[in-house]
Amino acid sequence: MKISWIPQLGSIAGAAALATLLGLAAAPALTGCSEVSNNPHPLGSEKTNTLFVPFRERSPKYLDPTSSYSNDETPFTYQVYEPPYGYHYLKRPYELVGRTAAEVARPRYFDKAGNALPDDAPGDQVAETVFDIRIRPGIRYAPHPAFARDASGNYLYHALRREDVADKYKVTDFKETGTRELTADDYVYAIRRLATPRVKSPAFSTMADYIVGLKEYGDTIVEVDKAMRKGMAPTDRDLPFLDFRKHAFAGAEALDEHTLRIRLIGKYPQFKYWLAMTFFAPIPWEAEKFYSQPGMVEKNLTLNYWPVGTGPFMLTEYVENRRHVLARNPNFHGEAYPCDGEPGDKEKGYLADCGKTIPFVDQVVFDIEKEGVPLQAKFLQGYYDSPAIERLDYGTGMIVAMGDSKDKEKEFREKGIKLPTTVEANNWYIGFNWLDPVVGKGDTPEQAERNRKLRQALSIAIDWEEHIAIFERGQGVAAQGPLPPSLFGYRADGPAAFNPVVYTRGADGKPVRRPIADAKRLLAEAGYPDGRDAKTGKPLVINFDYISSPTPGTKALLDWYQKQFAKIGVQLEIRATDYNRFQDKMTKGVAQMFFWGWLADYPDAENFLFMLYGPNSKALTGGNGENNTNYQNPEFDRLFAQMKFLDDGPEKQKLIDRMIEILQQDAVWSFGYFPTSAAAYHQWVANGKPTQIIRNHIGYLRLDPELRTRKLAEWNKPIWWPVPLLGLLLVIGVVPAWFAWRRRERETAARTLAHERGRP
Amino acid sequence: LISYIVRRVGYGVLILIGVNLFTFMLFFTVNTPDDMARMNIGGKRVSQDAIEKWKVERGYDKPLLWNASAPGAGKVTNTIFFDRSVQLFAFDFGSSDSGRDIGYELRQRVGPSIAVAVPTFLLGLLVVIVFSLVLVFFRNTYLEFWGFTVAVFMMAISSLFYILIGQFLFSKLLKLVPISGFAGGADLFVFLALPVLIGIVSRLGGEALFYRTMFLEEIGKDYVRTARSKGLSETVVLFRHVLRNALLPILTSTVAVLPLLFLGALIMESFFGIPGLGSYTIDAINAQDFAIVRSMVFVGSVLYIVGLILTDISYTIADPRIRLA
Repeated sequence: MKISWIPQLGSIAGAAALATLLGLAAAPALTGCSEVSNNPHPLGSEKTNTLFVPFRERSPKYLDPTSSYSNDETPFTYQVYEPPYGYHYLKRPYELVGRTAAEVARPRYFDKAGNALPDDAPGDQVAETVFDIRIRPGIRYAPHPAFARDASGNYLYHALRREDVADKYKVTDFKETGTRELTADDYVYAIRRLATPRVKSPAFSTMADYIVGLKEYGDTIVEVDKAMRKGMAPTDRDLPFLDFRKHAFAGAEALDEHTLRIRLIGKYPQFKYWLAMTFFAPIPWEAEKFYSQPGMVEKNLTLNYWPVGTGPFMLTEYVENRRHVLARNPNFHGEAYPCDGEPGDKEKGYLADCGKTIPFVDQVVFDIEKEGVPLQAKFLQGYYDSPAIERLDYGTGMIVAMGDSKDKEKEFREKGIKLPTTVEANNWYIGFNWLDPVVGKGDTPEQAERNRKLRQALSIAIDWEEHIAIFERGQGVAAQGPLPPSLFGYRADGPAAFNPVVYTRGADGKPVRRPIADAKRLLAEAGYPDGRDAKTGKPLVINFDYISSPTPGTKALLDWYQKQFAKIGVQLEIRATDYNRFQDKMTKGVAQMFFWGWLADYPDAENFLFMLYGPNSKALTGGNGENNTNYQNPEFDRLFAQMKFLDDGPEKQKLIDRMIEILQQDAVWSFGYFPTSAAAYHQWVANGKPTQIIRNHIGYLRLDPELRTRKLAEWNKPIWWPVPLLGLLLVIGVVPAWFAWRRRERETAARTLAHERGRP
Repeated sequence: LISYIVRRVGYGVLILIGVNLFTFMLFFTVNTPDDMARMNIGGKRVSQDAIEKWKVERGYDKPLLWNASAPGAGKVTNTIFFDRSVQLFAFDFGSSDSGRDIGYELRQRVGPSIAVAVPTFLLGLLVVIVFSLVLVFFRNTYLEFWGFTVAVFMMAISSLFYILIGQFLFSKLLKLVPISGFAGGADLFVFLALPVLIGIVSRLGGEALFYRTMFLEEIGKDYVRTARSKGLSETVVLFRHVLRNALLPILTSTVAVLPLLFLGALIMESFFGIPGLGSYTIDAINAQDFAIVRSMVFVGSVLYIVGLILTDISYTIADPRIRLA
């Protein structure tokens, strides 16, 4: 009998329809009948000492320590590289400690004649500051092919040809690795490399102003690079090795194998904080030599993708926009977990690991998570140990969610999610462009006064408390000045904690926003009674530049701003553009009023006040300064110039107080708010203290994989019964159809038969 | 046939030039090389010097389409458009604006894209054909009515909704499969089960109705009546005769998209964390990486042209009466 393929097609299709259901049903078999079947990580990995965290949107752009300056890169760079200094993990206010340096070096000051000056020498007398930093001996680099040598001591991979790297796409594709001891020369190399024209070097322009000879050195290196590129197209990427060992300059030198000397022009106390940033991480020349061989760049084999460091971890996997893995550096010199912290740390359990050697985890796996829904689901299922390892906004969002929903609160509490909070060195504000004729400085003293009153009136009208309540869900503190509470210079009884222009004291002594009547009065004095120009009668329209394009999500916020200004009769014209356009406008100094924020580079008042220092004007420096309002005030500038030379102490406090008073009076910023930040960790992660300043925090985190395994099994028990039920429903649906089908076929057959019988 | 294919390929080259030009114009209407530089350099303290340098190193310092200051042919060749377009025709994609090897990325990502797209396509096609033929078989019965209603209902729902509901139901509520992620080997099956199921379900409604219409159009024709009068069973009539004759429109809608399976599904890959070419394209658009965007558009156009040629060829196989000349 001939078997037709056609009816079989139906069966195949039926099977296909069931295939995915079967797939779901087969999942337990494929997961080895494990207790959980929705684990996105390899089977059994939850039992290992591996920290699982997501990364958002895309892979880090720069892992080269000279270039890296972005938050999302720090989970990698600060675990791999070790600048000389770091921060004490637990103490607040933040305290610098040696990382590879034996201790934080005491700077020595010298006058023009080279005479030593006392530690408290005024900044204008100091011609040069010298840091002699002792690097601890015995620190070794993580294994890397750049260090690999053969038996006779020759580097194995320093003379590669293009064809030798044809099949190499990862550093781990090179079989042999090696290591060597960290020396002061590696730091010197890194400082010289800040002048490189070959990769982005965001610290160079600032450092060139301070490190002796760096500016001129930069010019020299540009010439050296030009000479090396002679005959090459500007787009050529296989560039010959630019060996910074051959080009020295006076500002950075190695006195011996373990002593680094850095010389600065004048006095710059904040420099010590730069020494805790990866711009000052050591770079072994071998790595640069290795990566500058033909064919490497086009395979992404560069320092930008495969960092080489002495830190607790090393990068072992880099799959762009998918997965990155940090593994414990077997050569790490070890570091003891701190035994002291700020008050309350002991009670919170932060001191339980006192004296133990870090890092605690063996591996950190970063998986991409582009969408918020899967990220949150995986975190709540326990598959991520923290939803955001380098940011504190996610935890804040969870606290807000707990406030909004009882169910969420119950779930988070039941799961024992830890959400420790802090107020960090971060602010959001509205700035008034000093170059603008209406809200800026003003051409004449009368105009200046009127403009000032207008800015004061607008500052009163913008109700930041309401903003925090609505858009930050209460997770923030209204700012009284530019300094956040966590920094030196902020005094609870000082001007940083009370802005008399915008607030009055309430009955309990707490600041209360001035009434709208005050704002209206100031507006009238500024020449705009009821929001209309007293001379022309035209309504006052202020242009407001917002940092992102308008979306349905931002509409409510932008409407809110308009409402704030409408309270005093001022019209707000919103110009919401994408961030690029916005930055363009800021560089050109054409925005009138704008909303922006700042996350401090280091915990010093200077890092906030420099945004209002005249010479840093963004428009006047062609975009190179961070004074976005282009604010110019000779007295403020003079005080700033004094303050930046001072170490924390009463004298510095006095200057900061005065500077804040000036800013409050000039109202060049409506000071906005300092957001509250919260970390988020599961109950099996210990030592997760929230911070945005300390970036090498992953090494301090400890896991309890056993607890994690138990909880994962408890939270993720698969529910299989709906699968056979679905199958059953399908069968119930199919059976009548099948019978109907058979009946029709039989009818057709009967008809045919009857027809044939009826034939003559 | 050969001359036909040669002619179509010739047209294809012209289309590619046009598409390339159009992409170029669209991209640079929205972005300037300065924007791209700023976006790519990223981070704080980006100086204008750094922006200029970035442009020079990537050849974005040249005029876009016409270099008035260049001599002779240089007016055309010494431009961003020429630099960036010519190499594409040799399938040399070069480096992305962030410096990564595009060709390598394409090779790495085509696998995950195919792993999701091919099962979704093949199983989906099978399910849709069977479902629509069953609707036709049970025409004018309550089964057809309810099947039709369900199909309309399914068609009305956005695919994003299916994804969210699918993730909620199978990953969050029932905890059967991972909510997103990707892995090779045996784990692949666990990660693909949900996206494939959702991929099939989300296209089932609309396509089943379309195919049903095609089949119904055929079913009233004479040859079907003849087949029935021969005493053939309804199953054979439908699957052998009607299906074959209704194949042309089906082929048009399926073969043409076949090569595009390589490009992956944008939303699906993004939501399920599948590291395929769809998510690569989305990432590039977000990062204003013109080098990747133009490469992906180019590859997409090539595949589409190939798809259309394949469709034409498949017509001749499905219906021998058709001759390509």
